[in-house]
Amino acid sequence: MPAISREEVAHLARLARLAVTESELDTFAGQLDVILQSVARIGDVTAEDIPPTSHAVPLTNVFREDEPLPGLEQGAALAAAPDAEAGRFRVPRILEEEE
Amino acid sequence: MSTMALPSFDDVVVRYEPVIGLEVHVELGTRTKMFCGCRTDFGAEPNTQVCPVCLGLPGSLPVANRAAIEATIRIGLALHCDIASWCRFARKNYFYPDMPKNFQISQYDEPLCTDGYLDVDVDGQTVRVGIERVHLEEDTGKTLHVGGATGRIHGATESLVDYNRAGIPLVEIVTKPIPGTGALAPVVARAYVTELREVVRSLGVSDVRMEQGSLRCDVNTSLQPVGSSEWGTRSETKNVNSLRSVERAVRSEMLRQAAVLDSGGRVVQETRHFHEDTGDTTSGRSKETATDYRYFPEPDLVPIAPDPAWVAELKAVLPEPPRQRRHRLRTEWGVSDHDMQSILNAGAVGLIETTVAAGASPEAARKWWLGELSRRANESGIELGSLPVTPQHVAELQRLIDAGRLTDKLARTVLEGVLAGGGSPSEVMATRGLEVVSDTGALESAVAEAIAANPDVAEKVRSGKVAAAGVLVGAVMKATRGQADARAVRELIISKLS
Amino acid sequence: MTSEITGRTAAELSDLLRAGEVSAVEVTRAHLDRIGAVDGKLHAFLHVAAEGALAAARTVDQARADGAELGALAGVPIAVKDVLATKGVPTTCGSKILEGWVPPYDATLVERLRRAGMPILGKTNMDEFAMGSSTEYSAFGPTYNPWDLNRIPGGSGGGSAAAVAACEAPLGIGTDTGGSIRQPGAVTGTVGAKPTYGGTSRYGLVAFSSSLDTPGPVSRTVLDAALLHQVIAGHDPRDSTSIPQPVPPVVAAARQGASGDLHGVKIGLVQEFSGEGAEPGITAAFRDGVERLVKLGAEIVEVSCPHFEYALPAYYLIAPSECSSNLARFDGVRYGLRTGDDGARALEEVMSLTREAGFGPEVKRRIMLGTYALSAGYYDAYYGQAQKVRTLITRDFQRAFEQVEVLISATTPFVAFRLGARTADPYQMYLADLFTIPSNLYGGPAISVPCGLSEGLPVGLQVMAPTMADDRMYRVAAALESTTSPLSPPDLAESWV
Ligand SMILES: [Mg+2]
Ligand SMILES: [Zn+2]
Repeated sequence: MPAISREEVAHLARLARLAVTESELDTFAGQLDVILQSVARIGDVTAEDIPPTSHAVPLTNVFREDEPLPGLEQGAALAAAPDAEAGRFRVPRILEEEE
Repeated sequence: MSTMALPSFDDVVVRYEPVIGLEVHVELGTRTKMFCGCRTDFGAEPNTQVCPVCLGLPGSLPVANRAAIEATIRIGLALHCDIASWCRFARKNYFYPDMPKNFQISQYDEPLCTDGYLDVDVDGQTVRVGIERVHLEEDTGKTLHVGGATGRIHGATESLVDYNRAGIPLVEIVTKPIPGTGALAPVVARAYVTELREVVRSLGVSDVRMEQGSLRCDVNTSLQPVGSSEWGTRSETKNVNSLRSVERAVRSEMLRQAAVLDSGGRVVQETRHFHEDTGDTTSGRSKETATDYRYFPEPDLVPIAPDPAWVAELKAVLPEPPRQRRHRLRTEWGVSDHDMQSILNAGAVGLIETTVAAGASPEAARKWWLGELSRRANESGIELGSLPVTPQHVAELQRLIDAGRLTDKLARTVLEGVLAGGGSPSEVMATRGLEVVSDTGALESAVAEAIAANPDVAEKVRSGKVAAAGVLVGAVMKATRGQADARAVRELIISKLS
Repeated sequence: MTSEITGRTAAELSDLLRAGEVSAVEVTRAHLDRIGAVDGKLHAFLHVAAEGALAAARTVDQARADGAELGALAGVPIAVKDVLATKGVPTTCGSKILEGWVPPYDATLVERLRRAGMPILGKTNMDEFAMGSSTEYSAFGPTYNPWDLNRIPGGSGGGSAAAVAACEAPLGIGTDTGGSIRQPGAVTGTVGAKPTYGGTSRYGLVAFSSSLDTPGPVSRTVLDAALLHQVIAGHDPRDSTSIPQPVPPVVAAARQGASGDLHGVKIGLVQEFSGEGAEPGITAAFRDGVERLVKLGAEIVEVSCPHFEYALPAYYLIAPSECSSNLARFDGVRYGLRTGDDGARALEEVMSLTREAGFGPEVKRRIMLGTYALSAGYYDAYYGQAQKVRTLITRDFQRAFEQVEVLISATTPFVAFRLGARTADPYQMYLADLFTIPSNLYGGPAISVPCGLSEGLPVGLQVMAPTMADDRMYRVAAALESTTSPLSPPDLAESWV
């Protein structure tokens, strides 16, 4: 049985904001299944009491002092914006409520 | 929105037991943002306090602001929390245009502070509110919804985003569920937020202005039938932006949920939005369809492991808790709960404390700050503390009255001068020549002149019509330009005419 | 004149420049001419920054004329992978979604190159967002291997490797997340070094997998790599994961190694990587390299790293997970591509259409794979488990380095393959990084150095060292290098006119 279904892939695409086409869905479902089947081996390792590694370097407490640094001018901040208006980034109407 | 008829509040609390919980976000008053050197000034031109980091430009990386970590630990300590010996930031992944990276750097299962409490006073009794966690995260930008009727998201045709606020340090303080408050639930919620605001303000880490959004509140409410053991489903009410609204939001949710339950319906776990205008809530995103945030440890930031010595140091220099301070002063000043409340409301606690320290009696200090000075502040529509008069001035003014050098009437005139920038009370007295005439010689002759000028009145007084003396007193006060002590003058006249 | 200059190593150019025998402008122009002559066939560059490079060269010549004290590589031009932000110079990461983006800031590495007086020739081609092992996943077309234009130059940093191999540049910058510096180095016959994670700053490096990404040198000799390493490495306060320690003595180590003496040096052969998995030609060339190391006096011992076989699955869970989050910012709001904004569609739809149109298939695959691995129900079984395995792999390295100074293996299981040979089956492509991934998961430095030919194509030998012991890998790599005459591909200018 496949590690991942076409429906799951469709759900992932929605979560990841990818408007994938129907044919892409078929291709990706197959490919992701192959990849997941092969990476599933990771489960064979017995590692219950092994601490996870989230950072390669064992550093802690790296802070900056609370001192202002020069940033970008409004013009530079908006320079690459696909659309801007009144010093702000313009986006189409938003469907979902804010978090 | 349901059009169900709402039951009465009194009726609701007879049949249902509310459980509330509060999530407060406090924007820290650091000079710079959480992960970059951008300024945090309120009300700057849009997108002028931004840089590659807080704009989420490709390649940019965050570096944590030490002052924000310290402020969070101090808040945790003030709320009697345990400070984590080791914790990490985590990424909260969801798409929203006010988040430049489409993830928020927050904390997930490893908050900086856990398991504390805050005692609050609710009419005479103390309620201990459990604190679940205090964690640090970054604020989002501000989205302006254009084209809609109310500036709300619904009906808007487009939105405009300003990232000045994006990345400002935000401390999230979450309570444990608060059961057993019954009809007091709305008041407890309000009292908690009020007290929390006092605590944060006393630490000087935020200006905690709800109207400016530097303190934001989400309210969780659930109902369970009285006597039932398991809690009901909770709703989470967002953007509750004033103390009054906190109380109203809990109240309206209690009523709404009671109506749902009464009609045999079930309360859905959802986010609801409070509306200041109507005072009720409308449904937002329901948790069943909520996005999966896919939290994972932020790989661009290393873990935080606060040095115990540092934490101990911060704990040692915490200010006196506001509630404790209030109780202390209340006893020291010997005022009633009610009077203490009006002192609080006037924001005069500190002013009175300093005035007393400068030598005035608590009564006198209170009299001035809550009386004459509060009136002046209201007239000019400013904070009491912003009046151009210092507690030292007030204490000095009172000293002069007690020494008999000023009458209450004269004192008000002197205060006038002080407020007008004439300097200290004694300076005003000197420049304006305002002082009680106590030179008896001058007074004697003034009295003699008055008697001589009004023989018939003097005769009445001699024949026992003491009331008539008023005319003579008036004459003397006129002659001394009001700077004589009227009582002393009257006594002198009567003694002369008997 | 051109070949006289472009044939030179960075070290040689540095001497000529200091001796005043050539000017920085001459050196830069020579390489720009070389690019003009051959890049039409290679497509190593996505953007050539001729003006900027010549201006930087002029500044260096002026400074030298004024008698200023200049760094070792002042006036030596360089090619920079298009994944590093360059102020005022387009930066695309090989993706349509960033096409035309001109960063308002410089990556720390780029700043250091500029400060060192190194003219930046341009930005080199790469697999989109550094995801790939062949540069075929570039949205702007593949780069071709100068050894055989029908074959891939490796990836993701195929552009920098091909440019250096074909003498378009004496030096290049690459970034290595799972082998993207070393594997291209191996298949183009060049040197590719991945420093210790945290040894070179990531600030301004467009993130693929934050806990693995490591920028490093690409060159034709080990000494050149060390010289460049010296320039770009060192603590950066803008990168929280940057190691606040002095740079290991890499240049001295490279010079020491070049003397060809490895007596008293213990080298570990990774059992799990010798034998199966690699093409026979690769294994043969590798064995030959090992024999030469023995001749130099090195002591070879077999070392077992039992968890290395789980490195690939761990990597393909960790890297996509981090990438799914890192690439979320490409949404058409602040910069880059926006499609479908017809005035009627809502933001959510426009975002999805933009990302659908802006990302290529491999990037989409990895974003979905990572989204899956981080999802509520799967986190523990996938991402969480992968991080535990990462710990075990680190322990394997630490145990190994208690016995030996460095570990060696072939850099990649197969020589440069033909274009299209592995695009149909993504997992076949992933296997290219089989031997390089462990060092990324551990964070230690690793270098690929040419050690021979197979089917007339270059084979690389990988030297892996403990974290912050980068000098060790340079010493051993330089020693091996001293036993061979440098490999150079047929000159494109002559043979493919
Ligand atoms: Mg929050
Ligand atoms: Zn900023």
